[in-house]
Amino acid sequence: MLETVIIPLLKIAVLLNAVLVAVTFLVLMERKVIAWAQARLGPMRVGPYGILQAIVDPIKLLLKEDITPTKADRWVFTIAPVMSLVPALVVFSVVPFGSDPLYYVADINVGLLFIISVTSIGVYGIILGGWASNSKYPLLASLRASAQLVSYEIAVTMTLVSVILTAGTLSLVGIVEAQRETGVWFGFIQPVALVLIFIGGLAETNRMPFDLPEAETELTGGFHTEYSGMRFALFFLAEYANIIVVSAVVAIIFLGGWLQPFPNVALLSFLGVIPGWVWFIGKIFVFLYIMIWIRATLPRYRYDQLMSLGWKVLIPIALANLVLTAIVKVFV
Amino acid sequence: MFDAIVFYTLAAMILGLGILVISVHSAVHSVLFLVVNFLFVAILYVTLSAEFVAVIQVLVYAGGIVVLYLFVVMLVSLKQAPEQYKDQRRLSTIGVLLSAVVFLEVVGIAVYTSTVTSETVSTSVKLTDFPPRIQGLGFNTEQIGWVLYTEYLIPFEVASMLLLVAMIGAIVLAKRDI
Repeated sequence: MLETVIIPLLKIAVLLNAVLVAVTFLVLMERKVIAWAQARLGPMRVGPYGILQAIVDPIKLLLKEDITPTKADRWVFTIAPVMSLVPALVVFSVVPFGSDPLYYVADINVGLLFIISVTSIGVYGIILGGWASNSKYPLLASLRASAQLVSYEIAVTMTLVSVILTAGTLSLVGIVEAQRETGVWFGFIQPVALVLIFIGGLAETNRMPFDLPEAETELTGGFHTEYSGMRFALFFLAEYANIIVVSAVVAIIFLGGWLQPFPNVALLSFLGVIPGWVWFIGKIFVFLYIMIWIRATLPRYRYDQLMSLGWKVLIPIALANLVLTAIVKVFV
Repeated sequence: MFDAIVFYTLAAMILGLGILVISVHSAVHSVLFLVVNFLFVAILYVTLSAEFVAVIQVLVYAGGIVVLYLFVVMLVSLKQAPEQYKDQRRLSTIGVLLSAVVFLEVVGIAVYTSTVTSETVSTSVKLTDFPPRIQGLGFNTEQIGWVLYTEYLIPFEVASMLLLVAMIGAIVLAKRDI
């Protein structure tokens, strides 16, 4: 009873709360980093250096009026934000924060596939939210979202296959263990795959420079134009939770998850004093920072440029990478 | 006992959602119910400890193909009710015939499975029928991989050729002036 029910439930409760708190502070971090990139100060008023902004913003959204357009499809309009958020949170159940079973909720032997498939469900929130609003800009945004998803999922999945070939397992714990045994982070064995999956991750989380489903300057807010109050906040939470998921998955696959740097060099063994989950969260922050940095730097792609990048550049590179990995795996 | 409860709950949900898929008016609602239906089928696969098939079910059907359905349904305006067929009687005759055939099929399967005892079913396919190197593999992802590329290589390749032909056919139909 204790082992099978209570401890997993406690782990899930801790994890969900940690993720939601992390999401609110990620929003603050994004505003701060972009402000610094643009030589501004960012939020400064609420708390020291604006740190309490992360708590005030959700409270404001909770207290706002919740509006449903009269011509909207009421049921789908209500379900869409939930369909967007739930998959983003479910994915965390297979993310390992350490080698000990205490640090993950479940280690399933199809972990990586589980993450891809569950995140692909999340796009329904965007598509249905745009359709149910019964308004032209959200509808355009949801069409863009669905086309973007099918273009990028193929390249990402095909790239992941080459990583799986290198690791020899689909379990996330197994992938990190494989990196410990090889002694090299897969980011150094598969640099092309790292870049491809990071680009694909940007596209799947609708981040700059691929944020076409919510392009403010063209679509007045995109798929969530008609949403207000807490429903809008759910979309917002889902987007940032997905950003953390992408960073975590890239950190696990390519930067050795909870492993310390150079675990086999005796001179650097003092790094083992820092626990594994701290290393893991640090690696996640590296990617989170890069994503924010990209948003502050790059302009948005045009829609046809995005399509041709997905189909004509990323998929051929992913295929070539896969074939090369297979050849190396067989002959070396 | 517990397995039976889970199975019948899942089966009832899958059937109920299937009925909803074909009976609701809005095409988008119908597609939405189809997604939930696929998710329940995936849970059914998990209870049969075929987790690889379950994940592929979610990834390919719920996550990929239905997104394309939704894409098409949203592009094609289906706001007005579909045109009624002129000949109502002909339609109902075909409907009765089709449902009779399906009903007979269900009855046939029920009669057949009641004659077959559970032992013969469970012994008809065994892990020991497969080559020894497959039996040694722990997870069904690896087992499926081995079986697909050794025992069932030709059907697998034929299926992929079929997909390739369909893809080329679609391109040719869409782009007439190649």
